[in-house]
Amino acid sequence: MEPILAAVGIHKRFGALVVLDGVDFAVGRGEAVGIVGPNGAGKTTLLNVLAGSLRPDAGHIELDGADVSRAAAARRCRLGIGRAHQVPRPFGDMTVFENVFVGAAAGGGGPRSEVYARAIEALDACDLGGLANRRAETLGLLHRKRLELARALATSPSVLLLDEVGGGLTDAEADELLATITAFRGRGISVVWIEHIVHVLVRGVQRLVCMAEGRVIADGEPSAVMSNAQVIDAYLGRAVA
Amino acid sequence: MTLLRVEAIDARHGLLQAVRDVSLDVEEGETLALVGANGAGKTTLLRTIAGSHRPAGGRIVFDGADVTRVRAHKRVRMGIALVPEGRRLFPRLTVEENLLVASAARRKGPWDVEAVLEVFPLLRPLRGARAASLSGGEQQATAIGRALMTNPRLLLLDEVSLGLAPVVVERVYASLAELAERGTTIVLVEQDIGRALAVSTRVVCMLEGRLVLEGPAREVTREQVTGAYFGLARTAGAAG
Repeated sequence: MEPILAAVGIHKRFGALVVLDGVDFAVGRGEAVGIVGPNGAGKTTLLNVLAGSLRPDAGHIELDGADVSRAAAARRCRLGIGRAHQVPRPFGDMTVFENVFVGAAAGGGGPRSEVYARAIEALDACDLGGLANRRAETLGLLHRKRLELARALATSPSVLLLDEVGGGLTDAEADELLATITAFRGRGISVVWIEHIVHVLVRGVQRLVCMAEGRVIADGEPSAVMSNAQVIDAYLGRAVA
Repeated sequence: MTLLRVEAIDARHGLLQAVRDVSLDVEEGETLALVGANGAGKTTLLRTIAGSHRPAGGRIVFDGADVTRVRAHKRVRMGIALVPEGRRLFPRLTVEENLLVASAARRKGPWDVEAVLEVFPLLRPLRGARAASLSGGEQQATAIGRALMTNPRLLLLDEVSLGLAPVVVERVYASLAELAERGTTIVLVEQDIGRALAVSTRVVCMLEGRLVLEGPAREVTREQVTGAYFGLARTAGAAG
């Protein structure tokens, strides 16, 4: 599959700690890839490097074949790399619509009528149409997460980076969110999704990558990766019983 | 005898519900391993038992008394001691001073500075050293020693091996095994499940705030733990 976003030979250290140790990663056009790994594996750092909020010590990032390593996060957002964060931080005293409008204006740009239409479309795609005029700070957790997705979607991404968006939800809520995210792929958007809630993630991605200690240790079909002995050892320590 | 009874505990962090309707008994003298992925609610549950997190619902019963509304420092006097993740020593105090701070809340019992140094001989030459100057393993030993100084009946340990070199982890775990042999009741949160099971009598696994697996540490299989840990086999084991 032709990659839309690729990280090539990424190294990153924080002081003496090597966080990414030669990571190669790519997501294909329209593909959804999950990234799992125990605490400290380097997943969020990789996402930060892809998004441009962290500069790697070595390696480069390609978006649709072009080297975007030197582009800052805001520029990459306009180029098509959208991102939803683990802890949604909406503008609390603005409405749901206004929050999404900010994403549409800052990310996709264009004439005001287009920005407006894109914001509405993102709201609808995330099932927030009925809450458009609610102040964001009055939303519950699931709706905040939907708003975080809608804001990212409104930037017209070709790739969406999701950072543990499923955390803290009930099973039913996680299923709802999963349906929303799965629908993004129908729009041709590629997804890179880090998630601790593995049983939700494996239903939302076609391919799973497992990282441990700054390296990719498995890459393949989700159920095969999750039954890989090396992956289980990375999570659970040495063999049990 | 049931030393600790956790009854239908709900605990929240703002909008996020970290612990959902968890019930759990801990018998006197047992070592219970509490395992689960990041964000499963393990630390919140430990903190709720210790009294440093107020639950949104449910009860904590310790030695037959409802302690749900009892403040953390009073629970220490009743015999509940928490070794928090990250150790939280007083950096400018010496090892010995860190230990002595805890004796302000101590119950009657066998633990004093000398007894702690006996279990953690690596601390003996360091008793006058400032906590800030210690290695991770030495700090962890001091933190566990500080909890022991209160003469706890229930010792709650949160990720005591985090950030420690493997050889140091071996040493800390050897000490835990010794504490368990002396009859201290222990609840242990640990990422390294193999290690946790090796010193535990029973294991419970949490997933997204709920208990999803419970069983004797010797009988639980790797497949059961894996299924429960990742939520990939929702029927594995008996839910708590």
